[in-house]
Amino acid sequence: MHRILFDNLAKGTLTEPPPAPDESALAELAAALERNARRKLGRSLSIRQVDAGSCNGCELEINALGNPFYDLERFGLRFVASPRHADVLLVTGPVTRNMQIALERTYRATPDPKWVVAAGDCALDGGMFAGSYACLGGVSAAIPVDLHIRGCPPSPTQLLKGLLALLQVDKAR
Amino acid sequence: MPTLAELMQRGRAVPGARPWPRVQVDAELWQTAGQLLAEGHWTLLGLWADSGAVHMALLAEPQAGPGILSLDCANGKFPSIGRLHPPTVRLERTIQDLYGLEAEGASDSRPWLDHGSWGVRHPLGEWTPSPVAPMPAYNFLEAEGEGLHRIAVGPVHASVIEPGHFRFTVNGEAVVRLEERLGYAHKGIDGLMREAGLEQAVKLAGRTSGDSTVAYALAFSRAAETALQIEVPARAVWLRALMAEMERLANHFGDIGAICNDASFVVMHAQCGTLRERVLRAAEACFGHRLMRDRILPGGVAADLGADGIAALRGLLQEARRHFPTLIKLYDNTASLQDRTVGTGRLTPELARQFGCGGYVGRASGRDFDARRAFPYAPYDQLQFDVRVATEGDVNARVWIRIWEVEQSLALVEQILDRLPAGPVRVGLNQGSGNATEGMAIVEGFRGDILVWLRLDADGKVARCHMRDPSWFQWPVLEAAIEGNIVADFPLCNKSFNCSYSGQDL
Ligand code: SF4
Repeated sequence: MHRILFDNLAKGTLTEPPPAPDESALAELAAALERNARRKLGRSLSIRQVDAGSCNGCELEINALGNPFYDLERFGLRFVASPRHADVLLVTGPVTRNMQIALERTYRATPDPKWVVAAGDCALDGGMFAGSYACLGGVSAAIPVDLHIRGCPPSPTQLLKGLLALLQVDKAR
Repeated sequence: MPTLAELMQRGRAVPGARPWPRVQVDAELWQTAGQLLAEGHWTLLGLWADSGAVHMALLAEPQAGPGILSLDCANGKFPSIGRLHPPTVRLERTIQDLYGLEAEGASDSRPWLDHGSWGVRHPLGEWTPSPVAPMPAYNFLEAEGEGLHRIAVGPVHASVIEPGHFRFTVNGEAVVRLEERLGYAHKGIDGLMREAGLEQAVKLAGRTSGDSTVAYALAFSRAAETALQIEVPARAVWLRALMAEMERLANHFGDIGAICNDASFVVMHAQCGTLRERVLRAAEACFGHRLMRDRILPGGVAADLGADGIAALRGLLQEARRHFPTLIKLYDNTASLQDRTVGTGRLTPELARQFGCGGYVGRASGRDFDARRAFPYAPYDQLQFDVRVATEGDVNARVWIRIWEVEQSLALVEQILDRLPAGPVRVGLNQGSGNATEGMAIVEGFRGDILVWLRLDADGKVARCHMRDPSWFQWPVLEAAIEGNIVADFPLCNKSFNCSYSGQDL
């Protein structure tokens, strides 16, 4: 344990480096995100993730946002357990009919102002599952969506970019 | 008692079933098979339906390979096996939901995947879709007693995970009963597969369970190649195994960390998360996609490995070998962590055997089974690796099995890199042989054996594709493993199983 902690101190952080002229996309993105989040919402943005029938690929990459490379929480962005604590619903999956009610209830339980981000190709229009008797085919078929993030699954960087775009949208809400 | 081979001789062999025999049986033989399953002589590999028929894949001795029994359902009915052999119960409920075929004498006929919201009933049935009547509320099993209370969890969970519902009955802090209700992630993949071309179908297969996208695409492709009798180039075969082992590494790293995280031991989570991310970045460098999605397809692979990729992988091996041993020590030497994992969520060897639990779930409870070794498929028949087994069956044992598997996968990646043959990575498919064909494959995904059974029509399109996730035989035993544990240990226990929702809901 001590060795690991010591190693980490000696090695420095893994978190992607501060802006350098090149290849600094992630760090730049991070700084912009932080600026915008602070301006709009004070010091934090709380995200409630809802899997509306995803294959779980999207969740894997959303979870990766918390690893030491992306370290989402440094921007004041965090995942919360209850929709009642959330500013953003991050929804994945083609919205299975079996999840529709749960998704709608989660939406209603989220206080205004709120944003809905649909992440992944499935959440856009059902993706590969469009046309199935068991799917609605996209999040906007169930609840209003503010932003789509494409990808199957979107990479952590794409997800960060999406969240940034969300904070830049000037919405009078 | 007849052996499986003897029993199969009493049926009528179906021509063209590859690579394992399939026979047509009558209701009596079907039930005899159920009886022998129940007595523990054989293991169930799968039970699924087709138009007007049911099929059951059985395993007696791994060396002899599986055998498949098929029964035509007169009047839309077949004798229930679930009434004799519990592992089939949910499979029969699913057959009833999707095909409207009734398991006669079943002990549990509640719907399973059908929550009454599809707008049709028996969507894949022959005579239906039936008119939709409102479905009565789901009857959870009773648990009565003084001081008991219930906790309902899900389908939307408190963290970033898949949807499902858990109904706990609790006495103080101890779990008296857990009942799962799944099906929330049901996307109708079986239905979408029908009449899909192979290109479309393999993409669907790769989206059955996101963490096993390589394993599913591999299982599907091998089933298709078996049906069409296609030989895949050697380099492609080796690259497929490389991807499969990288997928195993990524998932084991992620899960070992996540299990520790559920015991509030965050350092392990951060360290393992780092290793997982390194694997995904190497995958991107090698094959252009972090999860390696859509990289395996019938006929070969869609991306070749270049010099950059090889360098990335060598770097990954070095990094993992430098850091992982320290993490193992940390896991082993931290009393507060061991306190949570040792003795928690114990799955008995008897239950693991009865349910034919695959992967680390089975191997942590004494079931010495790994599809890479049981039905050796190339290139594993030419590679060196150990399959280790533990018997404690607790969270700690499942962690250790994964730790050992990480070590084996690292060794496998290295062997593959050292011996990777040169040459093409893909062959064209002879679209449609003019005959209907069928094929089956079983591959070892990170969480256990994935079975794909495929029937192609004369044009080479999918007539029926059945994919059986290992979770079918892991979810039910989780209910047993949690009994007597405290509620707070459920996340830990659940994560150590890490069953797939999407894979079983399909
Ligand atoms: S977008 Fe892709 S990764 Fe995400 S849920 Fe759909 S199939 Fe899975």
